[in-house]
Amino acid sequence: MASHGIEVKDLFKIFGPHGEKYIEAVKNGMSKADLNEKHGHVLGLKDINISMPAGKIQVVMGLSGSGKSTLIRHINRLIDPTAGSVHYEGVDVCQMSKSELQEFRRHKTAMVFQKFALLPHRTVIGNTVYGLELQGINKGDAEERARKWIDRVGLSGFEDHYPNQLSGGMQQRVGLARALTNDADILLMDEAFSALDPLIRTDMQSVLLDIQEELRKTIVFITHDLDEALRLGDHIAILRDGEVIQQGSGQEIVLNPADAYIADFIKEVNRGRVISVETIMNKTPIEGAVEVALKTSDMLETAAQAMAQKHETSANVYDGSNNLVGSIQLKETIDAMVTAAKH
Amino acid sequence: MSLFTEFPEMTRTELRDFKKAIDGSFKDFIHAYGEGIENFFKPLLHFLKWFEDLLVGTPWPIMLIIIALLVWAGSRSWSLVLGTVISMLVIGYLGMWENMMFTLALTTVATLICIIIGIPLGILMSKSDRIQSIITPVLDVMQTIPAFVYLIPIVMILGIGLVPGLIAVIIYAVPPIVRLTNLGIRLVDTDILEAADAFGASSRQKLWTVQMPLALPNIFAGVNQTIMMALAMVVVASLLGVHGLGLEVLKAVNSQYITLGFMNGLAIVAIAIVFDRTSQKFGKRLQKHSEVIHG
Repeated sequence: MASHGIEVKDLFKIFGPHGEKYIEAVKNGMSKADLNEKHGHVLGLKDINISMPAGKIQVVMGLSGSGKSTLIRHINRLIDPTAGSVHYEGVDVCQMSKSELQEFRRHKTAMVFQKFALLPHRTVIGNTVYGLELQGINKGDAEERARKWIDRVGLSGFEDHYPNQLSGGMQQRVGLARALTNDADILLMDEAFSALDPLIRTDMQSVLLDIQEELRKTIVFITHDLDEALRLGDHIAILRDGEVIQQGSGQEIVLNPADAYIADFIKEVNRGRVISVETIMNKTPIEGAVEVALKTSDMLETAAQAMAQKHETSANVYDGSNNLVGSIQLKETIDAMVTAAKH
Repeated sequence: MSLFTEFPEMTRTELRDFKKAIDGSFKDFIHAYGEGIENFFKPLLHFLKWFEDLLVGTPWPIMLIIIALLVWAGSRSWSLVLGTVISMLVIGYLGMWENMMFTLALTTVATLICIIIGIPLGILMSKSDRIQSIITPVLDVMQTIPAFVYLIPIVMILGIGLVPGLIAVIIYAVPPIVRLTNLGIRLVDTDILEAADAFGASSRQKLWTVQMPLALPNIFAGVNQTIMMALAMVVVASLLGVHGLGLEVLKAVNSQYITLGFMNGLAIVAIAIVFDRTSQKFGKRLQKHSEVIHG
């Protein structure tokens, strides 16, 4: 399990030949449009502060042009920031020398790309060992480790196929296997599943959650899809025009959207899958015999299903160590599932 | 008013002095360094001579088998192998076997040297826009300047013979491989380069694991062009005393022998077609996995 989170502090990125000249102006409130029209520079990221938790999935969500792909590229410094820092294990990635950065990328991070970015002239196994090959690990060991991950992502038997012989979903499995074989603590996923069909996307999300259950890596996942963000994210940051407009757990965001923009965003969300029983339960358990028992971590959808199945209108709630902590009513459950945000 | 009717050119004496000064200093240069330059190219001469002797000295049936095998290895096409063998047999039957071997030797050595010079130069160009902007006009000059013009200093320095002929061929034939190596590397998908960066590839690792393999089909197209241009130069090279099919064409021109001219000319065409088809099929095989299959 990864023991360190990633601290992104006061990060600014201004694209253009003299980005650093406009930092002060941007800090003092110059808008993205002004910067672009008057000075010909593009504001990529503005004052980003995110504390990405260790061993959890941090989702960065935003529409195209929001700066999310720029942000993830600062973590392994594929893009240099104009100001600010990215700390990992107490070291500022932005201050690393070229060779330190190379070592950091080889051993601490691995990345999965939206367009897969596989090497077309190499087979599945050849692609999967790529990271280890760059580290200078001998071919036999590298292939042994790679085979394990190829198997884990469900590509056994395809080791000697070339990427262009595989479907998109399978190609991204190779991308994932390549990243996992690196055995790095940080996994960076740049819209990794966005190019896939909806069914295959859900499938890949399950693969990822499954693997994360076991590995507990610090995963930074970029997406423009709110459902994906809510399904995967332990912690979610929403970006617009290069600024973080809200961050927190999926439930926090759905229950308390920071502004109209986010409220608009979450309108279509299936709240029953995001809000947990714990959020709406009464602290007073129902006395006597109760047919339905739920857990605090159960989602409302599960709760409603359980009660409906047994033709009950209420249920008792137990916490992780099986103590009776409260109860919920079917009506409240359904209300919480359908009530729109108050904005 | 004479300014409008007559071009304000240098006076005759000025112009003569100007040309004399440059010619003179070039002659001084040759006087001082000519022998050194000649010695520098000695190993090349020995190598070319050795290779010619090897091709000519090898019994024709063995040579034919070797050529057939090479064509098969490159193209994997039986019809091309058959076509090659038949045309070689016809060329030999018409008495041009030895000359064909001389021409093959020159073309092969010229191509090898072009590859050795051209690929590193192309890599260098791809690394820096500044180097590219310096080398590109030089390549333009090499490709467009009439060959006879650079034959003059070559002959002045090295005289007549194999090496000057070889150098003339190389000057003409090297640009495509430099250009296409540069282009091939620059065209490599930036997404894949980014992935290599993200996994911590050094620039050397990037070159050998991503850029060169992905540029290979383009580089190979450059090799193909270089071979074609080298073959096109064999007649001009014969002006410098290089023997082979080109020299026969030159003789035919001088004495107006139609048959001799066409026989040797068509033999050059036959070699060119064999080289071209073989290297193209080989290049196609190289990019088999790079093609995107839509579906």
